[in-house]
Amino acid sequence: MSLSPLDASVASPETPGSKFFPAFAPSAELEAEAVQRIDQFPEANQRSAVLPLLHFIQHHHGFISAVAIDWVAARLSLTPIKVLEVVTFYPGFRQSAPGEFHIRVCRTLSCAMAGSYELMDKLCELTGIDRSHSDSHHHPVAVSPCGKFSVEFAECLASCGTGPVCLVNDDFHDAISADKAEELLASCAQSTPGH
Amino acid sequence: MPNFQPLLFPVSDATITYKPGKQPHPREFRLIFKNVDRVGWDTSIQRYLQDGGYEQLKTALAMAPGAVTDEVKKSGLRGRGGAGFPTGVKWGFIPPNNTKPVYLICNADESEPGTFKDRYILHQDPHQLIEGMVISCYAVGAHTAYIYIREEFPEAAITMERAIAEAREANFVGNNVLGSGFDLEIFVHRGAGAYICGEETGLIESLEGKRPYPRIKPPYFPAALGLYMAPTIVNNVESLCHVKHIIQMGGDEYAKLGVARNTGTRILCVSGDVKHPGYYEVEVGKLTMGELLNDVCGGPKDGRSFKAVIPGGSSSKILRCDESFKLKNPDGSDRQIGFFDIQMDFDTLAACGSMAGSGGVIVLDDSRKISWVLNNINHFYAHESCGQCTPCREGSMWMKKISDRIVTGDASPEDIDTLESVAYQIDGRTICAFGEASSWPVEAIIAKFRDELLAETSPARRDSPHNPEAAEQRRFLEESNA
Repeated sequence: MSLSPLDASVASPETPGSKFFPAFAPSAELEAEAVQRIDQFPEANQRSAVLPLLHFIQHHHGFISAVAIDWVAARLSLTPIKVLEVVTFYPGFRQSAPGEFHIRVCRTLSCAMAGSYELMDKLCELTGIDRSHSDSHHHPVAVSPCGKFSVEFAECLASCGTGPVCLVNDDFHDAISADKAEELLASCAQSTPGH
Repeated sequence: MPNFQPLLFPVSDATITYKPGKQPHPREFRLIFKNVDRVGWDTSIQRYLQDGGYEQLKTALAMAPGAVTDEVKKSGLRGRGGAGFPTGVKWGFIPPNNTKPVYLICNADESEPGTFKDRYILHQDPHQLIEGMVISCYAVGAHTAYIYIREEFPEAAITMERAIAEAREANFVGNNVLGSGFDLEIFVHRGAGAYICGEETGLIESLEGKRPYPRIKPPYFPAALGLYMAPTIVNNVESLCHVKHIIQMGGDEYAKLGVARNTGTRILCVSGDVKHPGYYEVEVGKLTMGELLNDVCGGPKDGRSFKAVIPGGSSSKILRCDESFKLKNPDGSDRQIGFFDIQMDFDTLAACGSMAGSGGVIVLDDSRKISWVLNNINHFYAHESCGQCTPCREGSMWMKKISDRIVTGDASPEDIDTLESVAYQIDGRTICAFGEASSWPVEAIIAKFRDELLAETSPARRDSPHNPEAAEQRRFLEESNA
């Protein structure tokens, strides 16, 4: 059964990475974060806390689900569309699960000259990721069949002098030429994801 | 003629040692980057205080706020984010009869391709930025400040939040800062990966929790109608750090660094095809392009020669290395200079038809196809257009599609003209400067490398449809006409 465009805009299709992330549920930590973040802004401007709350949720749950959007909207006294429009605009927010280790490779000029496309190809080859259905706007993330890894091209990560560079979850790595891709993936296997 | 006076201050502090391989180049003047890659340096407040940290804050708090602004005006400091607007003048735009709260925002959304200076300040010297911000807030009367930091710097956000907590503990931030009666809170706010948030009004919208659609100016000049429609000063990370050094040196002394109307130091970020890419803090205008590329950066890679340079982030117009430029002397006469003699300052680069922008110098050598470079840049802008203005939203996408065709060999010679005309239909027709940022690279590359682009096209492609829809449309039109 196909979803209506409206339902599709908030749907979070299962991915092989879904098993690594707990489903969204309100928690005491989330509420504490909300109180702290809302407090950073003048009264009557609590809408400003949208981005911090979405970051917190994505950090713990991997992506922003429809339930999470409703929760944030209710917490900040907004209509859900005000939250959804933010989620769909910013490349930093996802609506479905990435891999346990999400790798963002810089695509922009200096890194591309230093070999970031080759790095991306190598990462896909080593992890069995198929990027043929990815596009920069609507489906930027591609997940490996095992769900452990996902890749995405990011625009300029601001370390142009040491390209190619990438972010693995929150960890920054520079000078990762394609021949170091295997080492990078191996280092993930030995670490905790930290998202 | 470029006039290279002897440096007024030592190039680097002899008491400081830097990590192996990270020694500043002798032509550098480390002011902002003094502590970057320094042996024995860390981000703690204790380390910063040992080095005389927060002394300039004490000096500033003993001055009247207006006197601090005057020093910044005297220093001639021009914003380091891209536009090069004088910082002190910007501060002066807050309406004098204002009764609303004033906000200061540190723009740490560093995202102009080719630029990577703020990264090192945020990660390695957070207290320098905080000290600069507190002084600036005191000058403009802001009691709340936000550091809008790009989402791709998660570690920097943690470092900055920790540093702010340390500074609050020591009463450099918080209520009644150092007993002066001045209250200030600083918060870190993380963006979410959108280039447009570097545009100050887009940033403000984003900070308000919305899509970052830039606001139209007038009336929405941030200094009058900014965050929550209150006066707001938005300054770049590097600019705010300079404020600390202006207070330390005095505005007049600071203005002796660099050249006339282009004062101080600035960090040039060099990437691409040079032997030693990296960040180099130099006196503004005291270095020519040739000295930067050949002496400081070690010249082209072995067996290669320089082809072109994008001098101030990917939005700035490309310069060919075999170009020459006609410039005006102060006395009104003309002079001719070659590419390698361009002084790296705001005014000279502007006179050469480009801009100093954010200091991101991207170097291309003769191994690079210009069509590939153009296409990479077009993909960036097509991805980052916020979509608010039609010329930019549609134009950036079409420029990408046309340059895709050039790269794959599917373009006809007329496609180059179409591409150029699309660019000129964006430029000047959008709410914010993204329109220029996306079209200038295209305009300049076509103007300067038209022959190379044409050589990749084929008249045989003139009649071939570019996609299935175009083929279908053509079939339909032919049938209708038949």
